[in-house]
Amino acid sequence: MRDDADSVLSRFRHGDVDAFETLFRMHQRAVQGWILRIVREPSAAEDVTIEAFWRMHQAHARFDPDRGFEPWARRISTHAALDWLRRRRPESSMAPELWDTVPAPLAGDPAVSGEVRAKTAQAFARLPPKLRVAALLAVVEEQPYKEVADALGVSVGAVKLRVFRALRLLRKDLSEQGITP
Amino acid sequence: MKSRDQGTETRDQEVQRVKRLLHSALPRIGDEREPDRDLWPAMLRRMDEHASRGPASVPWFDWALGGALLAFAAMAPRTIPLILYYL
Repeated sequence: MRDDADSVLSRFRHGDVDAFETLFRMHQRAVQGWILRIVREPSAAEDVTIEAFWRMHQAHARFDPDRGFEPWARRISTHAALDWLRRRRPESSMAPELWDTVPAPLAGDPAVSGEVRAKTAQAFARLPPKLRVAALLAVVEEQPYKEVADALGVSVGAVKLRVFRALRLLRKDLSEQGITP
Repeated sequence: MKSRDQGTETRDQEVQRVKRLLHSALPRIGDEREPDRDLWPAMLRRMDEHASRGPASVPWFDWALGGALLAFAAMAPRTIPLILYYL
């Protein structure tokens, strides 16, 4: 079984399309789920998943089978999602009459009004993408810092710093709008 | 020392409040999702498109460099052996 997996990885490294298909089918769900956590739009997550696997296919010769496919795939996926966030313009502001239509997440505080939730989401969308990804994965998705650091290809300390800066900028933006967290 | 501890505590509380607000604004997606659509056919289309593009993937500056070399060789035919030697 282990030999089969090694053989698939080795064949993928040499550009074998069948091995690539096997890996695609094995990891599509995990890769797409990870990307969805960052881009937060199912249709965009599909496009970014294809882009991420395309980058893996293009970079097959640089893949090191000894380091495993998953961490490598996750790092490429994270960067593909980050590029998508960079290309996308921040959300335009929501009309006040729509504030109360913003549903409260199940785990969210019901005392927080729709207006505050909408303004928080918009302020968050205005953060630099690098900070946003770190905060999304570590704070919103509650992933361990180590896992986020591996996915971004930076140290745990750098992730903590990015999260701290993201929260500080978010607080400043909200304060300027008269919202005191 | 005491005021520094209080400052750190206040900052931690502020960070926690921003985190709570963020949780209220953005729901956690987590692992509970609908089964994914099979994206392999779309992946194959992407690979086919790239393969059918062929020479178009050569960067423009390579074409420009080739054109400049040809023009130079046409203007000074005696340099052709020299160019071929260095290719």
